[in-house]
Amino acid sequence: MLSRILTVAGQEIRIGIRNRWILLAAVILAVFSLALALLGSAPAGTLGVDRLTITVASLASLSVYLVPLIALLLAFDAICGEVERGTLLMTLSCPISRFEFLLGKAAGHTLVLSFALVAGYGLTAGLLVLLGSGSVAGLTDFLRLIATSILLGICFLAVGYLLSSLTRQSRTAAAASIAAWLVLVVLYDLALLGALVANPSGAFASEFFPYAVLINPADAFRLFNLAALGASDLVGGMAGVTEALPFDPALALASLAAFAALTFAASVLLVRRIAP
Amino acid sequence: MTQPTLKVQDVCKSFSGYKAVDRVSFSLSPGERIALLGHNGAGKTTLFKLVLGFLKSDGGGISVLGAAPGSHEARRNTAYLPESVAFPASLTGKEVLVFYARLKGEKPSGAMDLLERVGLADAAKRRVGTYSKGMRQRLGLAQALIGHPRLVLLDEPTSGLDPVSRQNVYELIGEIANRGTTVLLSSHALTELEARTDRVLILSKGRLVADDDLSRLRTQAGLPIRLKVWTRPEDLAQVSESLGGGRVNGRSVEFDCRADDKIRTLSAIGALGDLVEDVDVHAPSLDDVYRHFSNAAQKET
Repeated sequence: MLSRILTVAGQEIRIGIRNRWILLAAVILAVFSLALALLGSAPAGTLGVDRLTITVASLASLSVYLVPLIALLLAFDAICGEVERGTLLMTLSCPISRFEFLLGKAAGHTLVLSFALVAGYGLTAGLLVLLGSGSVAGLTDFLRLIATSILLGICFLAVGYLLSSLTRQSRTAAAASIAAWLVLVVLYDLALLGALVANPSGAFASEFFPYAVLINPADAFRLFNLAALGASDLVGGMAGVTEALPFDPALALASLAAFAALTFAASVLLVRRIAP
Repeated sequence: MTQPTLKVQDVCKSFSGYKAVDRVSFSLSPGERIALLGHNGAGKTTLFKLVLGFLKSDGGGISVLGAAPGSHEARRNTAYLPESVAFPASLTGKEVLVFYARLKGEKPSGAMDLLERVGLADAAKRRVGTYSKGMRQRLGLAQALIGHPRLVLLDEPTSGLDPVSRQNVYELIGEIANRGTTVLLSSHALTELEARTDRVLILSKGRLVADDDLSRLRTQAGLPIRLKVWTRPEDLAQVSESLGGGRVNGRSVEFDCRADDKIRTLSAIGALGDLVEDVDVHAPSLDDVYRHFSNAAQKET
């Protein structure tokens, strides 16, 4: 069983390298994070906070947009693309279960994403340390950012598999993935913000809002990282929210893990139903 | 009596009212080479998918070496080549084969050997994206030969291949059948199947209308044999008269005779002696036989 999962995962990684997917994702992450680190935090120099930590705070907001997009682009083709090309028929006629197949894909894609994140963000962290503006605490923040970004990536990989097994054509899956990204990452926040502005002191703000932030993986990711930085006041953004939370920010991490597990389980169920 | 490799009993499958496979029964023995023929949409691919367990039959039973279709046991002993398959373009032929060898729990070291057998040894390290259609088809075939499957299902294995590659495909099929593997292949190119298959199944509109070896199917069809006797222009009338008529054109006489009449007619031609310059005997081709059974079935419905 393990060897079959590793075989599928290995194939995905190999394809990721050959298609220059890993390279492309790493370059995108490196360019954006370097821009944020070198230009974006320049005014923070006088604040007396570790520059690495400031950068992590900016990168957390960047990850919320980029990581789900990269994960969805990796995953949308995973099922329906293979159905279209006829390879799923061939692969599933081998003695491999559909759970093993999907788990292998997920493991491969997670590693592809991890390589890109470690290379892209690692470059920025390394540069900051070389420039003498990083500390050990800052590096821990960086590692936490990369680890939680991977978890966020897994959430959206699972969303991608779900959409890929629901659609018949990879073009439809691509469109659905973009829509999912827009809804979960952009519109969800806007809707919450709108509701909050409309009624800043009502029951919505105190009772419903914190949990609405918790169940969306993108928001949960941002919440956990900014809360963990402890420098929220300086970094701004979610500062007010994290302090007024009715729960431990670690719950956000649990929410991410639960979202990933549930969505993946749902996609396994859907893949079982497919007649390729 | 050995256990049949594949046993299909009264299997039905319909898609929203349309009967794709309708009460089909047959049984395949080890080492047999069977051709599955049928027009487009006759249910060939549906039948394959039922045997592989990708589709659930509405009625009837299928057993692959005694196991349920799609079960681990059945899949371990089955190999399948889909009709059209596009391997990841950025991988090399060898990488694709190693991938499938690992999935089937076989040693990846046999990959090179298999590529050699399908004539792809030189292209092993090239990306599949650069392969021609025939090369991709042969790569698919190599995939189906990994390990020692006891049932090999090939959906149109020779489509898009040049005559020499087709020849190679049938040689390979012969080789694996000699090892006791049952090979069930579907095809449109009927004439090339002659002498390369032991048995022919003909599907028409989801129903199995013929299941026998080719020569017996010929007899059952009762299709006439066409004879063409060449002679000198001045002897045409005499030849035509003594053979009981037929179409006369230029230097030859053409006429049909029944299969069981063939020897008698040939000796009658022989008796003409010097009058005859040459004789063409055209037995009905597989195309003719196929058309006969297919048409007969369609008239019934």
